[in-house]
Amino acid sequence: MPEVVVPIGPYHPALKEPVNFKVIADGEIIVRLELDLAYNHRGIEKAAEARDFVRVVPLLERVCGICSHSHTTAFCKGIEEAMGVTVPPRGQLIRVIVAELERMHSHLLWLGVAGHEIGFNTLFMWTWRDREVVQDMLEELTGNRVNYGMNAVGGVRRDIEPPLVARCLKRLSPLEERIRKYADMVRHEPTTLARFQGVGRLTKEQALAFGTVGPTARASSVDYDIRRDDPYIGYADIPFDVVTDGQGDVFGRTLVRIGELLQSVRIVRYALENLPPGPVRVNTPRGAPKAEVLSRYEAPRGELAHFIRTNNTDKVERLDIRTPTLANWTSVAVSLVGSNLADIPVVVAAIDPCLSCTSRITIVDPGRRQTSVMSWDELRAHGIDFYRRKEGV
Amino acid sequence: MKLSERIVAWARLKSPWIILFNSGACNACDIEVIAAITPRFDVERFGILAKSSPRHGDILVVTGPVTRKQVKRLRMIYDQMPEPKYVIAMGACGATGGVFRGLYHVVDGVDQVIPVDMFVAGCPPRPDEIIDGVVKCLELMKADMKNGGKAWRVKAPAPAAEPKPAAVPGTEVTA
Repeated sequence: MPEVVVPIGPYHPALKEPVNFKVIADGEIIVRLELDLAYNHRGIEKAAEARDFVRVVPLLERVCGICSHSHTTAFCKGIEEAMGVTVPPRGQLIRVIVAELERMHSHLLWLGVAGHEIGFNTLFMWTWRDREVVQDMLEELTGNRVNYGMNAVGGVRRDIEPPLVARCLKRLSPLEERIRKYADMVRHEPTTLARFQGVGRLTKEQALAFGTVGPTARASSVDYDIRRDDPYIGYADIPFDVVTDGQGDVFGRTLVRIGELLQSVRIVRYALENLPPGPVRVNTPRGAPKAEVLSRYEAPRGELAHFIRTNNTDKVERLDIRTPTLANWTSVAVSLVGSNLADIPVVVAAIDPCLSCTSRITIVDPGRRQTSVMSWDELRAHGIDFYRRKEGV
Repeated sequence: MKLSERIVAWARLKSPWIILFNSGACNACDIEVIAAITPRFDVERFGILAKSSPRHGDILVVTGPVTRKQVKRLRMIYDQMPEPKYVIAMGACGATGGVFRGLYHVVDGVDQVIPVDMFVAGCPPRPDEIIDGVVKCLELMKADMKNGGKAWRVKAPAPAAEPKPAAVPGTEVTA
């Protein structure tokens, strides 16, 4: 049978975000996958160079609305390292609390979306209802449901009062009970077993070779978590386990994420019970000395890295963001080969793709094998001209 | 109004179907729109259903600033929707571009590309604000039906035909 190209996207009922797949299929079997991820490219890295450290934090928060705290923490942590500033312990633990609540809301969201992709809409409705408990906690702690605005260079912007700590602790136990129920349900429900087991399999060697990170890697028994292996903002003192699984398929990734949910509950409970007294923020100098910092962070989807170069001013000279989804996309293209067309939604959803943060521009001169740098005005003019020529817009 | 038209109008107001289009958003608005269809907020009690095909939709909910690559796609989705169509722009980015205003790959607000009927403020708007926006849009639909189209809402200096915002240089869509 001849190979057929099946285009999916950028706007497609099965997709929540704009992405374009060209699936080359032989009958029902996928032969190859080509991806175009650049629909949401906005040019944040370039914009970050034009804003000072106070104004760049709200911008970086909107790199991705789901892991907004991850991006600001990674950035603030890097700038603090360049400045030689230490955040007070109370501020650090508040960052941990918000980070783990964010992980919980992201994983519950994922569990619901994965359920939705296999037609298990009951699971979708249940997890999103329980996610509202986490959203309520985040709203009370930070003042907003999604983009929290909690981080600033030097610490956090809001303190937690004791009554709020008690309220949050009270909400954690019922939530933990629900998560245990999901863990039990996913292992026994015929729908999840039929659609998750053996789908999108990735061996440990493949996971390492394609540089996967986060739950995708940990489901292929790669025992790697930045929170434990390179501790930051107070994770060194917090007891938790890194959850891994040996199955390497979508089922394994589900189990890893549910396990991480329970660990996050444990971390949040520990942090709330052991909040040290003191200030939450220190004053920082306006500028940062000349330095190059690589700031790593374990975001809900995996390892997030911010490379920051400062040059004695109050702006970054270069900011490079390497997001976990970008690292995980190649594993999708690999694990889909040989599987059925019907498995595309669930395998793609299994890495928890987040497309708003994945596309980058590099200007390469292939003749001289060199990369070059463009100024803001050049880039803007190029962007307008390119789309006028290519698409007539 | 003929009887058949009145039945269609009644049905549309009782059950508007919304299309969610991500034109370059950071996902925050998207997850809040999806949160609005889940049990806590449950827009289905107003008959509002989230649909996938633009050909089934009454209200297009656009999240985020419009990236240059999405201009053409957004226009195509809008053109595929049946009349009368309504557009809700989500959040600060949908209104003006928000924090992304002026970036090299962004054409700022949604109204630079397609006509917008309703703006919902916030970054991102809470699900209850989104529901409020959709319900207000229904009132607008009712008023439009009474006045026979959208033309009555157009302010004096605008063209007499279908209201179309002036396109910004570099964003015009040619067929």
